[in-house]
Amino acid sequence: MYQIDPARVELAAEFKARPFGPHSGDLHRLLNLMRAQTLPGRLALLTLIPHREWALIRLGPPRGGRFEIVEGVRYHSPAEAEWDVFKRRWQAMTGQALAID
Amino acid sequence: MTDIRTRSILGYADRFSVAPGERIAFKASCRGHAHYHADIVRLVSGDLSPAGPGFREELVPTGIAGNYPGRLQEIASGSYALVADRPALHGLSDFSVVAMVWPTTPGRGSQVLLSRRSRTGGFDLAIDASGALALVIDDGRGGVAEYSTGRPLLAREWYLIAASFDAANGQVMLIQEPQIAYARADSAAMRVLPAKVVLGEAAAELSIAAALEPLQFGLRAFAHYNGKIDSPRLYRAALPEASLRQAVTQPAAAAYGASLVAAWDFSRDMGSDRIADLSPNRLDGRLVNLPTRAMKGWNWDASEQDWRRAPQQYGAIHFHDDDLYDAGWQTDFVLEVPEHLKSGIYAARLADGEEVERIPFFVRPRPGTASCDTLFLIPTASYMAYANEHMGYDSDLAELTAGHLPTMAPEDVFLNAHREYGYSFYETHSDGSGVSLSSRLRPILNMRPGCTGNWTGPAGTSPWQFNADLHISAWLEDMGHRYDVATDEDLHAEGLALLERYRVVVTGTHPEYYSTAMRDALGAYLQRGGRLMYLGANGFYWRIAFNAALPGVIELRRVEDGVRDWSGEPGEYYMSFTGEYGGLWRRNGRPPQSLAGVGFVAQGFDVSSYYRRLPDSFDPRAAFIFEGIGPEEKIGNFGLAGGGAAGLELDIVDRALGSPPHTLRLAASEGHGQLYMLVPEEVTGTLPNNDGTQNPRIRGELAFFETPNGGAVFSTGSIAWAGSLSHANNANNVSRITDNVLRRFRDPRPF
Repeated sequence: MYQIDPARVELAAEFKARPFGPHSGDLHRLLNLMRAQTLPGRLALLTLIPHREWALIRLGPPRGGRFEIVEGVRYHSPAEAEWDVFKRRWQAMTGQALAID
Repeated sequence: MTDIRTRSILGYADRFSVAPGERIAFKASCRGHAHYHADIVRLVSGDLSPAGPGFREELVPTGIAGNYPGRLQEIASGSYALVADRPALHGLSDFSVVAMVWPTTPGRGSQVLLSRRSRTGGFDLAIDASGALALVIDDGRGGVAEYSTGRPLLAREWYLIAASFDAANGQVMLIQEPQIAYARADSAAMRVLPAKVVLGEAAAELSIAAALEPLQFGLRAFAHYNGKIDSPRLYRAALPEASLRQAVTQPAAAAYGASLVAAWDFSRDMGSDRIADLSPNRLDGRLVNLPTRAMKGWNWDASEQDWRRAPQQYGAIHFHDDDLYDAGWQTDFVLEVPEHLKSGIYAARLADGEEVERIPFFVRPRPGTASCDTLFLIPTASYMAYANEHMGYDSDLAELTAGHLPTMAPEDVFLNAHREYGYSFYETHSDGSGVSLSSRLRPILNMRPGCTGNWTGPAGTSPWQFNADLHISAWLEDMGHRYDVATDEDLHAEGLALLERYRVVVTGTHPEYYSTAMRDALGAYLQRGGRLMYLGANGFYWRIAFNAALPGVIELRRVEDGVRDWSGEPGEYYMSFTGEYGGLWRRNGRPPQSLAGVGFVAQGFDVSSYYRRLPDSFDPRAAFIFEGIGPEEKIGNFGLAGGGAAGLELDIVDRALGSPPHTLRLAASEGHGQLYMLVPEEVTGTLPNNDGTQNPRIRGELAFFETPNGGAVFSTGSIAWAGSLSHANNANNVSRITDNVLRRFRDPRPF
């Protein structure tokens, strides 16, 4: 089964450059893995000001688990949010921080 | 600490559509608002995107404007049956209860199967918290005894269950007998236990699938049962074991028939909210919150799939602890629609501080009239299908499918915390069974201007369904096209008579759910010279049923194919309301292509794309459509729904599925990405190349064809089309094409 290879940093750079695609096959597989995490605990966004500002949340268990804010995080574009979550997931799934900012 | 905002003023109306002179009642519930100010507004555009046509509404002075007290109104979801208190239920000392049950969540708390109990005593037959059959006897003087078989029932297995209370011999008998005997899963049990208290005389209704407690006004149901109940019987005698085991199939056998109090046959009155007692006592009852009927019973043997051909095998009702039909709120104010009010999309706007609620409703022209030549047909059945959907945070698939992070808004925070507001057709009940009924007699939080789907666009930026359809109303107004509105419910009720008042019918972005009457009416309209502008995709897709006796609810069975978020069980494909075979119109032999020339082929929710003209677009028959459009132009390389006019869900022409042979394929989209895939009914095997970058069938098509008697159809093949209309202040090729078509379609010259 496909696993993230932490040496493939160029896939992260590709995502940062084009968070909404088009994506190479290997990046697509990587994103599928990141997006397929189950509940509870999966990251999602919370709209603070429509089209302008977002916060980061963790989803709870299905059917009523509370949304938990990840404090101190604010995004001002969808792309910014996607990239930050990508980095968090990379770290969580590989145990290594991404060297890209 | 960041505040997570939720919704705090919510409401609904007793109807969706209303004509001048008629009345519409609005109901509201407030959390933390001592009062609110109400107005009526006319909605024009609801997209909050800075790149869009703006959020536009117009105040309509009416007599209801003013301040109202805010009060909390709760919703009690969960289905059950209610039988009125009658003398035939009185004076039980001994009794027996027998039924067949198919529990879906045994062990999830105490769940009452049948009860008649009050402060003066009574009994509950239940599944206890351990999942075992139990009987509770209450003497009404503080003495309550609970008896259990002590052996958990298995989920989704049929059991004969029986309990008898023998006062004279001081004995309780409990039986649970599985229909299937597994070699190593023995859940059968039979207990004879000493009775510890006598049965007090209840003063109460009898309930099935929940317990009841009286409130100051009305009743509260609790301890809801999840699962099927079939053939319940009640006797005023303690039947011996052999008789208990016989009572399901022979409720009135000579040995014990004289003690029969009630024998309910749930296969009767199918499609209604009534249950019938076949005993001479006629203890008929009423269903609350519409549990699901036309469900396989304990004796379904797979020889019949259609309940109308073997009703005796469909005597089960599937109860759910989260069913909801009518929220039953008190009315806050009633609007008598002013005579002069023009047909259109309106809302009751309720506001206090930062919280604003808008309850949409649709004003029709005066009955039997049209005020102009164009009808914007509002797909209210599709709004109900998506009502209050929780996919972005309940489903493991939302982000994977959408290609971006689901993004929650206050309505999601509220719906996540308040499951009693009910579900959509895109979900399952808490017990895993599919949601097959949806009501509009409750607040529908995602049917609001300003609302976006939490997964259909990145970071909650894309309107969906009702709010996306306001892109069409905004465009019609900005381009100077007058329009009347009517709803799916109006079309279902009035049929061809509604449509034939109009030269042109315009659909919304996603008119997905159609009843037979709606389908027939639209088809007849086109055959008789009507003109249809299908400004969306994935339309005319699922067959639904309305209920002739129960307003405001629709039924759906997700069966055999289609993009479906649950699958109905074999044997449960036929709808309870009408007996019609459910599922896709394609699988009912009337594909969308046969009506509108195009039908659902693919979907994807990340980014949208553009169309390129095809050779048919240069046919003289289509010249009017492409006036002002260059031969090489990318059509719709912009837009509020994914950045393009071709996206979200896509339809194409397909002669094999009934597109008329003279259909012109005007343009096709290209450039879709990996997250676009063919829909299940397009795939009969396994496809390694099933994505937008590899499979040429993944595209949307613009199509045009003439219909008999001077009519015509123009189809866009894309849900995202309408999101491109407003680009550059409506000066763009999507707007131009749409305007070219509408102006020609409004012209009475025949095609």
